[in-house]
Amino acid sequence: MGTLTRSGDELAGGALAGTLRVGGVDAVALEARAARLAGRSIKRESKDAGLELAVRCIDLTTLEGADTPGKVRAMCMRALRPDPEDASVPPVAAVCVYPSMVTHAAAHLDGTGVRVASVAGAFPSGQADLDQRLEEIRGAVADGADEIDIVINRGALLSGRLDIVHDEVAAAKRACGDAHLKTILETGELGSYDAIRLASMVAMAAGSDVIKTSTGKLPVAATPPTALCMAEAIRDYHRHTGRVVGLKLAGGIRTSKQALGYLAIVAETLGVHWLHPERLRFGASTLLNDVVLQMRFRRTGRYPRPGDLPVD
Amino acid sequence: MATTPSRDVAARLGEAFADYAPSAEGRDIVTIRPEYGLVIGGAERPAADGATITTIDPSTGDALARVAEAGAADVDAAVAAARRAYDGAWGAASPRDRAKLLFRLARLLQDRAREFAVLETLDGGKPIREARDVDVPLAAQHLFYHAGWADKLEYAVPGMRARALGVVGQIIPWNFPLLMAAWKLAPALACGNTVVLKPAETSPLTALLLAELVDEAGFPPGVVNVVTGAGATGAALVDHPGVAKIAFTGSTAVGKGIRRALAGRGVRLTLELGGKGAHIVFDDAAIDQAIEGIVDGIFFNQGHVCCAGSRLLVQETVAGDVMERLRARMELLRVGDPLDKNTDVGAINSHSQLVRIREFVDGAVEEGCAVHQPSRGVPDAGFFYPPTLVTDVGGSERIAREEVFGPVLTVQSFRTEREAVDRANSTRYGLSAGVWTEKGARILWMADNLHAGVVWANTFNRFDAASPFGGVRESGFGREGGRHGLEAYLDLTPVRA
Repeated sequence: MGTLTRSGDELAGGALAGTLRVGGVDAVALEARAARLAGRSIKRESKDAGLELAVRCIDLTTLEGADTPGKVRAMCMRALRPDPEDASVPPVAAVCVYPSMVTHAAAHLDGTGVRVASVAGAFPSGQADLDQRLEEIRGAVADGADEIDIVINRGALLSGRLDIVHDEVAAAKRACGDAHLKTILETGELGSYDAIRLASMVAMAAGSDVIKTSTGKLPVAATPPTALCMAEAIRDYHRHTGRVVGLKLAGGIRTSKQALGYLAIVAETLGVHWLHPERLRFGASTLLNDVVLQMRFRRTGRYPRPGDLPVD
Repeated sequence: MATTPSRDVAARLGEAFADYAPSAEGRDIVTIRPEYGLVIGGAERPAADGATITTIDPSTGDALARVAEAGAADVDAAVAAARRAYDGAWGAASPRDRAKLLFRLARLLQDRAREFAVLETLDGGKPIREARDVDVPLAAQHLFYHAGWADKLEYAVPGMRARALGVVGQIIPWNFPLLMAAWKLAPALACGNTVVLKPAETSPLTALLLAELVDEAGFPPGVVNVVTGAGATGAALVDHPGVAKIAFTGSTAVGKGIRRALAGRGVRLTLELGGKGAHIVFDDAAIDQAIEGIVDGIFFNQGHVCCAGSRLLVQETVAGDVMERLRARMELLRVGDPLDKNTDVGAINSHSQLVRIREFVDGAVEEGCAVHQPSRGVPDAGFFYPPTLVTDVGGSERIAREEVFGPVLTVQSFRTEREAVDRANSTRYGLSAGVWTEKGARILWMADNLHAGVVWANTFNRFDAASPFGGVRESGFGREGGRHGLEAYLDLTPVRA
């Protein structure tokens, strides 16, 4: 896997077969299309399916300085049994924690099918020596993380050093071993959809299994046009190389309605095969209870009272 | 990635989600009466000879209502009522009063937006999403915009004194019934004229409902008269000696006839006619967004759009890529129940239009063109036609030269800017064109060289009340919207210094 190079709007090297035209993005038309897709009217059986799918695609996340083994334990219980009154509500896809919490999460989730994801690589800034970042990844994997979420080097991207961005992600992928690499673009810092598309292509060419919008630590995180922009990049990369890359939307997704809108964006851009936890994730914490609440309403015709649903 | 035990469940859920369950807008908000009369002098009455036409729901073929068909006597009564209002209460109303009433009408329309959207969809067949998000809001915007001009006309054209013309005859098409009524009424009323409006015979109901709001808003009787009917009704209006101006939106053939009929009579005329808009995609364009533009350009309102981008011109270097993406995008278009909020393409407005579209596409096949339609079918009942791509087009075929007015897009390639412009301009029409490129200088050069009343850059079918709209060559003359649109409804005389 060589270093990525760029000539005009074409990329070569990395995990690309030949050269790939990156192309531009028109912001006005992208936002109009995203708004229309996110506004799809999802009713009845489609809504039921979408809500359950949303639960199955959630990376239930806690990334606080104040995280403790007790907090992680409570979250793992909620991940396994989102609705204490209804065992038919499935477990989430994964639990996402800081590296220091991986052993605790793994202890609760081992053998359940719910994966352990860990941020690593000097999350959320990524501002640390590469060796240190890679060491953190190796440590998290050794502790039992199935998936690793890292951030790209935005400074390098914004100063035009795509080779650095690429090579760091490729090194992280090697450090992951068998664990899946989810690469965060931190779209809120990239300044344009053109840059988001370019970053998506570089991250995929470097071997990322999933590309992800945001750390959740910025006020601007996942938005419908950002999701659409990245989904179009994934589709084009897949068309060009045949390799499947997943999409993770994180930050600011709090309601079922938002989640259903994102499902529509993915379904109509990447196709129905991407509506699957192997290819789509929501990085969220409060979203889960809203979805569970809506599922209970669909089932019983009544919204639960505050306090009926677990918190962690 | 590894397969997990939940894979099949999740995959099934994905399929169940993506096959959006029906989400129909309720039609209970609309009350359709079995019969509608003509609106003349503020009162509703049947045609003098009792003639009626039946308007139907094109998505089912079911009759919606019987509507009076105005004859020459009725048109005469309507023009007389409009003249009385012009010489009476409306002529005496201050510009500020006219503004107030137009503002009130705009707000009433907004208050009842959903009702208008549902009625427009029922009577015309367009998707409820478009009626709700485009037709009704834009109609209200035109009323608001022109309300603002009513008391500022002396500033509209510097150095000229502006007066109303008198009684204005307005003939509108079936593709945007409410929006075209608003486009026509708003400037005419703002400028102090009175109106006899002739809606299209296949979609008269929203104009009649708008007439009820005109009354509710408090306009004096006779300021807005509505004579429903078909071609003969329109001809009677054109031939009437009492009209000072005719504004017509519709086909080029009828427009030519109107111009002949008015020759030498001193009646003012504006014509907004057909089009064969070129949609030009360069190889540096944002391709995915250009695809959206192409789709909006030709499949919006089933292609029943005079400024539709019905001729795609794509640079040869990206032609293969663009066609592959366009075909994939067309697979996603949901054709069906116009009241379903997820429907992208609704019903063809009438059976005769459906026959016309079929004839065009069949003719294209006979002339050697290739036709592509998505695998998703269309409903059996009602009038539906699938989104259609016509390739292997040379440029001389009938389908490449004449206006289809349906969801049918022809595709040709080009090599250079010059060639793109030459191909785009190779038409009798000149209403619209679109250009997709990331290059600013190219956009400006193209806009200078394309013969079209409106050139959209990196967008298509975008409208605004402040922006003048109209054509050149056989697409007509005169502008609607903006300051330019006012001039068509004003008698302008120079002010002596």
